[in-house]
Amino acid sequence: MKVAVITFPGSNCDYDLYKAAQQVGGDATFMWHRERGLDGFDAVLLPGGFSYGDYLRAGAIARMSPIMEDVITFANAGGPVLGICNGFQILCESGLLPGALMHNNSLKFESKDVLLRVERADTLFTADYDAGQILRIPIAHGEGNYEADEETLEALEAEGRVVFRYVNAAGETSQDANPNGSWHNIAGITNEAGNVLGMMPHPERAMEELLGSTDGVALFTSMVGSLQTS
Amino acid sequence: MTNPTAMQVPPREGDPEITDEVVADHGLSPDEYERVQRIMGRDPTFTELGVFSAMWSEHCGYKNSKRLLRLLPTKAPWVIQGPGENAGVIDVGDGYALAFKIESHNHPSAVEPYQGAATGVGGILRDIFTMGARPVAVLDSLRFGDLDSGRVRYLFGGVVSGVGDYGNCVGIPNVGGEVQFDRGYEGNPIVNAMCLGLMKHEDLITASATGTGSPLMAVGARTGRDGIHGATFASEELSEDSDESSRPQVQVGDPFTEKLLLEASLELIASGAISGIQDMGAAGITSSASEMAGRGGSGIELEMTDVPVREEGMTPYEILLSESQERMLVVAHPGREDEVRAILEKWELEAEVIGQVTDDGKFRILENGNVVADIPALPLTEGCPTYEREGIESEEIIALREMDLSEHLIPEGDLSKSFLLLLASPNVASKQWIYHQYDTTVRTATAVRPGGDSGVIRIRGTSRGVAATTDCNGRFVYLEPRTGAMAAVAEAARNLVCVGALPTAITNNLNFGNPLKAHIYYQLREAVLGMRDACGAFETPVTGGNVSLFNETDGKAIYPTPVIGMVGVIDDVSKITRHAFRNVGDDIVLLGTNTGEFGGSEYLYVTADLVAGQPPSVDLDGERALQQAVLKMNHEEVLNSAHDCSEGGLASALAECALGSGESPLGVDVELDEDLRPVVSLFGESQGRILVSCGQEHTDTVLAIAARFDVPAAKIGSVTDGASGFSMKVRDATVSTSMSDVADAYFGAIPGIMDAPSGSEA
Repeated sequence: MKVAVITFPGSNCDYDLYKAAQQVGGDATFMWHRERGLDGFDAVLLPGGFSYGDYLRAGAIARMSPIMEDVITFANAGGPVLGICNGFQILCESGLLPGALMHNNSLKFESKDVLLRVERADTLFTADYDAGQILRIPIAHGEGNYEADEETLEALEAEGRVVFRYVNAAGETSQDANPNGSWHNIAGITNEAGNVLGMMPHPERAMEELLGSTDGVALFTSMVGSLQTS
Repeated sequence: MTNPTAMQVPPREGDPEITDEVVADHGLSPDEYERVQRIMGRDPTFTELGVFSAMWSEHCGYKNSKRLLRLLPTKAPWVIQGPGENAGVIDVGDGYALAFKIESHNHPSAVEPYQGAATGVGGILRDIFTMGARPVAVLDSLRFGDLDSGRVRYLFGGVVSGVGDYGNCVGIPNVGGEVQFDRGYEGNPIVNAMCLGLMKHEDLITASATGTGSPLMAVGARTGRDGIHGATFASEELSEDSDESSRPQVQVGDPFTEKLLLEASLELIASGAISGIQDMGAAGITSSASEMAGRGGSGIELEMTDVPVREEGMTPYEILLSESQERMLVVAHPGREDEVRAILEKWELEAEVIGQVTDDGKFRILENGNVVADIPALPLTEGCPTYEREGIESEEIIALREMDLSEHLIPEGDLSKSFLLLLASPNVASKQWIYHQYDTTVRTATAVRPGGDSGVIRIRGTSRGVAATTDCNGRFVYLEPRTGAMAAVAEAARNLVCVGALPTAITNNLNFGNPLKAHIYYQLREAVLGMRDACGAFETPVTGGNVSLFNETDGKAIYPTPVIGMVGVIDDVSKITRHAFRNVGDDIVLLGTNTGEFGGSEYLYVTADLVAGQPPSVDLDGERALQQAVLKMNHEEVLNSAHDCSEGGLASALAECALGSGESPLGVDVELDEDLRPVVSLFGESQGRILVSCGQEHTDTVLAIAARFDVPAAKIGSVTDGASGFSMKVRDATVSTSMSDVADAYFGAIPGIMDAPSGSEA
C-alpha cells in the first residue's frame, strides 16, 4: 500500500501517522502541501496538528493548499482518504465531509483517552473491527465538537455514515462520555461513498501496548486489507 | 587576547541624554555604571547603556548568583555539555544524547498569565532545538497563591492555557510537572518550563560565532517593539501597579511560527550550512549576538537597518533590546547564505544577513553604516560584576521553625474526615484538570504520562527511554533552606527510580526573592549548598538552569523555590514501573522510615493554616541506598507498582496508588506499627520513603533486596478490591472510607473550584 501523508505548515501528527502506516506494512511518503500529484498512491492521510496555527478557523487555510485540489480529485475518484483531528477539520472545510468542528463545549483543550464504539465494521476503515466493539483511543483537540444541520445529521444517521461514537465503559452514548459536546456523540464519519473518513480521536497514537493501547492498529490493517482485496 | 578599547562614538541624534536617573532606570548601580565607563574608556552612548543594562541584568548576568552557582557539581563522564550553553546535554546510550533545560517566566506570567506562560514554553523549546536536538517533551513546574482568590484562579487558568496552547500547537507532549498552591506565592506566581530534546551525538551544535567574515543571519519572525527590556524587568521586584504598567514588557507568542522555526532550524543544522545558532531570547539580539561572540572569542558587527522589522522607525536601541519571539541568530558558512534562505523559504520564514563575525573582539552596532555602539565583547558578557553578599537567617523564620507543634499532633480516633480534607486540598488532589488541557501523547513516544511519578519518553528504535520530573517543596526550603533543597533533589531522584530510571543529571531553576536582602541571600546560599550536597551524593551533576530573583511584590518574597528538573535513563522500557496498584491481593511494602518531623506539612496548612515547624530531615546516604534498592527491584521485575511519598504523607500516597487514573480504583487495607503520633504516621511528609506493591510470591525478594541495601522495609498491608474501600489503622487511629468518597475528594477538588459556574472571575 503506497500512502501519502500530507504535511501542512503546522501539522504535528504527520510523523506519527507515517510511523503507524509503516507499522502495518504501508509504504509511506511525506508530501509537502505545496507539492502536487497523488498518482500512484493507494491512500491519502491528513494528519493532526495546527495547520496555519488554526488561525481563522481550524483547517480553513489548509484547505486552500495546492495539494488539496489533488486530494479532492483523489477522493472523488474513490481513493481512500483518512483525516484525523486537524485532518478531519480540513476535510470538513474542503467539503469532502459535511458539518463542522466547533470549539469543545468545555471551551478547553481536551487531551485524554476516550472510549469509542465501532458503529460499522463494513467500511474499508473498520473491516478488522467488530461492530459494537469498544476502543480506547486518545483525543487531543480544542475544536472537536461535531455539528451539522438537522438534515445532514439525519442523512448521516440514515445512511449509517457515523462510524465511531463516544461511549462510556458500558458502551452507552452518555453525555459524560462525550468529551467535546459533539452532536449524537459523533467521533468519526464517512462521506456518502464511504471512502473518506474523518475522525477526531487519534488511532495512530494507539498502536502499542507500551503507549497505552493497541486499539488503533485494526484501523490501519483494515485499510491495507481493503486495498489488497479491492 | 588583550581587551580592545571602545572607539569614540558620537551621540545618536534623538537619543536621550544619559543622566543619573537614566542610569538608575536601567537597573545599574552607580558602581556598576563606573565599571561600564572604565570598560569603555568613556561615557557609553544611550544604545550602549541599553546593551549593558540588559547583559548585566540579573536575568542575563547572574550577578547575585554566579559565585554561588560555581559551587555546584557540573561534571560526570556522561555529561557532554555542562552549564554555559543554551542547554545541558548528556549521553543516554545507543548513540543518543539528551538536551534538557528549565527556564522561568515568572514576572511576565504575573502580569499577563497566558502570554507569559506561553512564551516561557516557546523560549525553552528554542533553547533545546538550537542545540540540534528535537524537542520530545515538556514539563511545567507552577506555583500560585491559594485558589480561594479570584485573581489567583485567573492566573492559574491563564498559565495552564498558555502552557497548553503553545506546546499543543507545536506538538510537543507534556509529560509531567507539579503545582503548589500556597499564600506564599500570592502576588508572584512561579512558572518554570522544562524541555527535553533528543539527538544523535553527531548532531550537537553549539552557539558560538567563529570564522571571521562569516555572515550573521536573523531568522524567523520579524523584530517588533514587544518585550523591550524584558530581561531588566524580570530582574526587579513587582509592585501593585506592575500588572498595568509592565504589560508592554511582556512578549506575545506565536506557536505556529515556532513550529516552522523548529523544523527549519533542524533542517538548517542537518544541512551543514551553518556553524552556530542561538535563540534571540531574553535581551534579544543583544544577548544572542554578544554571547555568541563571547563564546567564540571573536567579535561581531551588526547593521541595524538590515534587521527585518515589523514597524517603521525603530531605533537601534529598540531593535537591540526587543524580545519579539520566534527569532534566531544564525552564523552561516560564508557563501552558503542562499542555502539558508532556501530552507527558511520552504518553511515560509525569512532569513536576512544582518552582520558578520569579526576578529577585533568588539560588539559593534551600525545604523546606515554609522557606528552607534562599540563595546568590547568579552567584558560585556563576562565582565558583569558578581556579588557575594552577607546572608543572615530571618529571626521570624527561625521562630516559625522552632514553633511547638504538639497541640496539632493530638488528634486520634477516626481520622477519615481529615484524610478526605487533605485529599481534596489542591496541593494533594489530582492535577488532571491541568494535564487534560495538555497534549500528552503527540509524537507517539509517551510511555508514562502526567500523573505518574515521572514522565517517560521512549527512544524509538531502541529499548531505551528517558524519564524526567520537576520537584520542590517551597515550604520546606522556606523553613530550612539547606534541608529543603536537599529534599527537592532527593524527591526528584525518588520519582525517577519509581518508574525505573537511573537519576542522571539535573537542571535547576532558582526562584527567590530580592537577594539584596540579607535573609533572602541566606536562603539562596543555603539552598545552593543543599543542592550541592545532594547532587554530589546522587551523582547527578547540574548541567545548566536558570535563576529568577526579585520574586517579590510590595516587599513580600515568595518561598525560596529551587526547582529541580531531573532526568534519568531507562535501559529497558518494558520494565517501567507505574504508580497505580495492579492486582487485588498484592502485598503493600513501605520502604524507608518515618523520621517524625511534621513541619511544613500539607496537614498543618489545611487544618491549622500553618507553615511552621521542623521540615523533614534528609539522609543522603539513606536516600541513595533507597534509590539503588528500588532500581534493583525494578530490574528484577518483582514490583507491580512504586510511588514516592510526598505531600499529604503516606495516607495520600496510598490513596493515589489505589485510585490510579480513576477508571477502576482498587482498595487498601493497611495497618501501621510506628512509634509516632497517628497524624504523623498518616500525614507526615518524612523523606526517603517509597511505597511499592508486589505479588505475594515476590514479597520475600523485595524485603531481601531492601535488606541488602540496608533500607528499612515492612509489609504494611494489601491491595483489596475497590468495593472494600480504604482502610488504615495506626495505633489509636483509623481511616475508613469508601473508594468513591476517596475518588470524589481527590478528582473533584480542582474542577470543583475552577469549573464552578461562579468560580471564574477574571
